[in-house]
Amino acid sequence: MKAVCWHSANEVRVESVPDPTILNPRDAIIKITSTAICGSDLHIYGGYIPTVQQGDIIGHEFMGEVVEVGRGVDNLKIGDRVVVPSTIGCGKCNYCQRDMWSLCDNSNPNSYLEEKLYGNVTSAIYGYSHLLGGYAGAQAEYIRVPFADVGVVKVPADIPDEKLLFISDAIPTGYMGAEMCDIQPGDTVAVWGCGAVGQFAMISAYMMGAEKVIAIDRFPERLEMARKYAKAEVINYEEVNAGEALKEMTGGRGPDACIDAVGLEAHGVGIEDFYDQTKQKLRLETDRPHVLREMMVACRKGGTLSIMGVYGGFVDKIPLGAAFNKGLTFRMGQMHGQKYMNLLLQLILEGKLDPSFVVTHQLPLEQAPHGYQIFQQKQDNCVKVVLKP
Amino acid sequence: MTLTSGDKQGNSQASETERWASLIGGGAMVLLGLRQASLRGVLTALAGGGLIYQGATKKSTIQQAQDAIGINKPIKVEKTVTINKPADELYRYWHNFENLPTFMKHLKSVKVYDQKRSHWIANAPLGNNVEWDADILEDRENEFISWVSVEGADVENSGFVRFQKAPGDRGTEVKVVLEYNLPGGGLTAAIAKLFGEEPEQQIGDELRRFKMLMEAGEIATTQGQPSGRR
Ligand SMILES: [Zn+2]
Ligand SMILES: [Zn+2]
Repeated sequence: MKAVCWHSANEVRVESVPDPTILNPRDAIIKITSTAICGSDLHIYGGYIPTVQQGDIIGHEFMGEVVEVGRGVDNLKIGDRVVVPSTIGCGKCNYCQRDMWSLCDNSNPNSYLEEKLYGNVTSAIYGYSHLLGGYAGAQAEYIRVPFADVGVVKVPADIPDEKLLFISDAIPTGYMGAEMCDIQPGDTVAVWGCGAVGQFAMISAYMMGAEKVIAIDRFPERLEMARKYAKAEVINYEEVNAGEALKEMTGGRGPDACIDAVGLEAHGVGIEDFYDQTKQKLRLETDRPHVLREMMVACRKGGTLSIMGVYGGFVDKIPLGAAFNKGLTFRMGQMHGQKYMNLLLQLILEGKLDPSFVVTHQLPLEQAPHGYQIFQQKQDNCVKVVLKP
Repeated sequence: MTLTSGDKQGNSQASETERWASLIGGGAMVLLGLRQASLRGVLTALAGGGLIYQGATKKSTIQQAQDAIGINKPIKVEKTVTINKPADELYRYWHNFENLPTFMKHLKSVKVYDQKRSHWIANAPLGNNVEWDADILEDRENEFISWVSVEGADVENSGFVRFQKAPGDRGTEVKVVLEYNLPGGGLTAAIAKLFGEEPEQQIGDELRRFKMLMEAGEIATTQGQPSGRR
């Protein structure tokens, strides 16, 4: 089959690789009909995620059709149309059973590595480094889905892929980001990053009772999307000081909750951004925490920071004094897709949510390298690329 | 504990043993208590002295020989994992030692002879096998199993597994402690490899595979999946 393989920083290739096979009883093989490039795939593309190896198939947001099931899977049959969550959960451990699927104990075969670095093991993610399991990713014609008897969501045949694909990853991530804000009626929620996750976080924040949502980004087309589809007020941080603008827009208080939908490749302005970029290049810190710092200072006293953008390792110069003295609450983590997917599918089926607006580019799988490039460089107004194997 | 009053003779050896006994029963850092003596000795003492192995304070002749020629100390590892299953289920699976190779990758096979004795074959590098007979020393249903290799083993080893209810609804805490005495000579390097560059990692991986098997019914793997590696 054809698959997108990572080769080195800023280089992916579409190559011929063997087809996946059933390796365990609870496996299924899915023929992929749509797979997206996620913003967090850019961290891999850019070479920031450790333990990604040359030749690894990447990608974790996908849907398709069941073509083979293992003998331990009795609730799926060949021909079923399914959306698969990006994090892999066994469904049987304590964490899965408490709906904390991204903290699954049993899906990562390389758990020792992660335990050393993080002190514990978390769930594996498709195509997201050997630290997080080393599973072959979804930007391919076929994929092996482990523990396919749990978490995988069957979807009706008459709804187009573009409406359903993002319940695999981007929508539940945004939704969980908003849910962690514990939004009270009348709250103002600020969202850093207007990619797909940011857009869905804004829409979710309104669904949960926010009165005002403020979007922060530097690309006019993404801000325009936030204004038009997510009904957000917008701040372009390259034009105005985001911190001051947020104060101004919240009566001097600061937002009640702040969502980080950017993560470790955050951009800032001025000397501090230069500091992070340099330290990251010299491998003195792994992640650029610009958004984290800004949120800690901007948030109102007693407010909540919800971190959905991916961080991998170590960050420098965190204003913990601000967070401590203002009594901030931090909530964060990889999303528990399996917890939210059925609810989100229902919203889509009822016509209350149509996520297809984020798709700016549809490309054949062969053009994945081009897709990565324009998404990374934000060329051609690129917000979301969907690959069609 | 199975220590009887007959073991308590007021001497220091008995109180040492008692201390180890409470450590193993109580779940503190067992190795802290084992730094000075072999696990085999402790387990033997724990089992009530019914078997004629070295006592807690005596050293085996193999170990004396190793000490004399400066060969490595025994490898001791311990690891604990919480498994979302009741203790009896885990105990039952483990107690049939023939099941162990399903999650212990270095084992080729285990053959159970009777209630007490079993025969173990491990894969050594270069297609070699190492073999030994082991005896169960102490066996408390749903709680504790300890075993030691009998005299003449290729690799003298001993260990125990303990199953203890976890607080809340978290299942069972499973603790394993193992000790290997590596023989001298050219075999040493090969056998060191057999038990992994990092024995701590090996036992950690094995326990995690045991957990996967018991909870998820299968062991997560990526062996055999496609990639673009050449
Ligand atoms: Zn993602
Ligand atoms: Zn799990």
